[in-house]
Amino acid sequence: MKLLKRFRIQNIVGFLMGSIFISGLFAPSVYAAEPLKIGLGMALTGGLAAAGKPAKLSIEIWRDDVNKNGGIMGRPVEIIVYDDQTKPSNVPAIYGKLLDVDKVDFVVSGYGTNLIVPAMPIVMDRNMVFMTLFGLAANEKFEYENYFQIMPSGPNPLTDWSEGFFKLASEQNPKPKTIAILAADSEFALNTAKGARMNSKKYGFEIVYDGKYPPGTPDFTPIVRAIKAKNPDIFYVGSYPPGSVGIVKAAKEIDLSPKMIGGGMVGLQYTSIQMNLGKTLNGIVNYWFWAPEPTMKFTGIEAFLSKYQSEAVKYKYDPLGYYLPPFAYAYVQLLGKAIEGAQSFEQQKVADYIRNNAIDTVVGKVSFGKNGEWAKSRALQVQLQNIQGNSIDEFNRAGKMIVLHPEEVKSGNLIYPFPGWQ
Amino acid sequence: MVSIDLLLNAVVAGILIGGFYAAVSLGISVVFGLLDIANIAHPLFVITGSYFTFYLNSNFGLDPILVGLILMPLFFVIGNIVYQSYYHFFEKQGAEPLRGLVFFFGVLFLIEVSIIITFGVDYQLVEAAYLGESLNLGIVNVSYRLFIPFLVGVLLTTGLHFFFAKTFYGRAIMGVSQDSLALSLMGADPVRIKSVAFGIGIATASMAGALLVMILPIEPALGREYIGRVFAVAVLGGLGSVKGALFAAIILGIAESLTATYFGAAWSSGVSFGFLLLVLAVRPAGLFGR
Repeated sequence: MKLLKRFRIQNIVGFLMGSIFISGLFAPSVYAAEPLKIGLGMALTGGLAAAGKPAKLSIEIWRDDVNKNGGIMGRPVEIIVYDDQTKPSNVPAIYGKLLDVDKVDFVVSGYGTNLIVPAMPIVMDRNMVFMTLFGLAANEKFEYENYFQIMPSGPNPLTDWSEGFFKLASEQNPKPKTIAILAADSEFALNTAKGARMNSKKYGFEIVYDGKYPPGTPDFTPIVRAIKAKNPDIFYVGSYPPGSVGIVKAAKEIDLSPKMIGGGMVGLQYTSIQMNLGKTLNGIVNYWFWAPEPTMKFTGIEAFLSKYQSEAVKYKYDPLGYYLPPFAYAYVQLLGKAIEGAQSFEQQKVADYIRNNAIDTVVGKVSFGKNGEWAKSRALQVQLQNIQGNSIDEFNRAGKMIVLHPEEVKSGNLIYPFPGWQ
Repeated sequence: MVSIDLLLNAVVAGILIGGFYAAVSLGISVVFGLLDIANIAHPLFVITGSYFTFYLNSNFGLDPILVGLILMPLFFVIGNIVYQSYYHFFEKQGAEPLRGLVFFFGVLFLIEVSIIITFGVDYQLVEAAYLGESLNLGIVNVSYRLFIPFLVGVLLTTGLHFFFAKTFYGRAIMGVSQDSLALSLMGADPVRIKSVAFGIGIATASMAGALLVMILPIEPALGREYIGRVFAVAVLGGLGSVKGALFAAIILGIAESLTATYFGAAWSSGVSFGFLLLVLAVRPAGLFGR
């Protein structure tokens, strides 16, 4: 009996050792455990940190979601992030390190045009797929075929961005005739102003004021007063958060009330700014990307926001996170789905999959067209309505940020003309 | 034809924002002008004042100006500690001013990171009943959001001017800026006097921070945008001249406002700094410099 028992044990041990040896020979289970490294630079300090930190949190939420479900093709996801300090000059070195030292499998971009463009040469040189986060016309000059951009500005980002605003204005009766355009003197805002000029021409509005202001301008009353003197029907603004707040406050103080006001103001989507401005926001028409309207309930968005909001409170990030976080989740989610769809970790195969398929994400079904932009623009034009106070509850539910454009996600009608400052 | 109400409003807006510039630049004028210490971290002390104001305003409903006042003694003590560190590690050992600049660069980054960790990176503002209102004086419209910072800026400058002109400590600070050796031969301790002066410079940052967050939303990196402008005001006014800082700030404010109204805001900074170069070519010590 003892001999038989020893024989069985020897057999079992031998079988196990043989299995380990064979698995070592064919290796796939070893590779399956190797993490899939995705690297990026992100603005964690500096001027864009208010957006960069929540974006990083969103990417980490996606990583946790994926790893909980077994990773991507059996490989757990590892995210490697370096702080670009909102300085474009730091970006090339970060991507060089990610590729040469950290040996990441994929790279995605940091937040914003100014921090995407410096990474392009190095990414193009390695012929890598490049998912990017909120670049406005960043690929216009590079024309890189493996570039894909998650912001839904559309195939002609310069004009698609503000097309809805101008279309809405042109449909009003009587149709407004004149427009004032004001933009911050930096790349993104100047691009929005350029698009606004092109759309003004297309829809037949006469430009009576066309100016820019340097970032860091503390007082906008002289500028707004100069605009008021021109008495425009429409006031189109391309601005960053401090400018957006300064312009809205100055316009209210000197009662500049054109028939339509807004357009490309960054910051009005941020909860802290919304809570401060409160009722003052009523009537402004501005670009938006996601709003808690019934027409915008895409698969997984509510589950993501719920996770984001519970974490954001701990870190003192934007508590609602409607602006950038869903798209920061979506651009890595899209990359992950493309790898699985292509059943390959090869850059070109993944890029081809993204190019040729519509992919479901928390921000809706995304398919790419010219220059790696969304095949069809879904830049929302939202009008803030029915805001009664400054509480966060004013902004976390439907009926406050009414989607006016595009038609397929429209949730209400434009109040025209601008009802005046409250 | 130039519209009179547009012109008047532009001048008034320039004067108002000038008062705010003066409040932000006072600390630089005292520390850089009188003590020869290039405290490039000063705008970050201003931002710290803004964040403290935001915290106390949003959590306890305290008025921003009141918070600025309450925090002044605390900032004075912080300024004292910073100067003592600077003195101990750099000035005492006869280190070159450039090394001191590195010290303040370090302080700048330390403050910025501390703000990020403590308050987060979101944009923040304060609330007060008067902030959304404005005063109509015939054809001139004055918003309280700018008028109150102007008023406080002027009061702060005037108070500091009289402190330097009339009090023992004020005169001692003026003395230490002229000849610290002579002052020590008269029995005064130059290090202590400089420490007080540095503390006063930083104390003004708490009030300037309260004024800043009344005007604009703040974020941790905002201070960097003001470094150039506050040094320009201090240099234009004449280093060490508190009265000069106020006049220079108002002149720059008016120049910026008129440019923004008539030629476009993009030219504002160019006109301001062009004016600064012009004045320095004629009066290298600044408008009120000795």
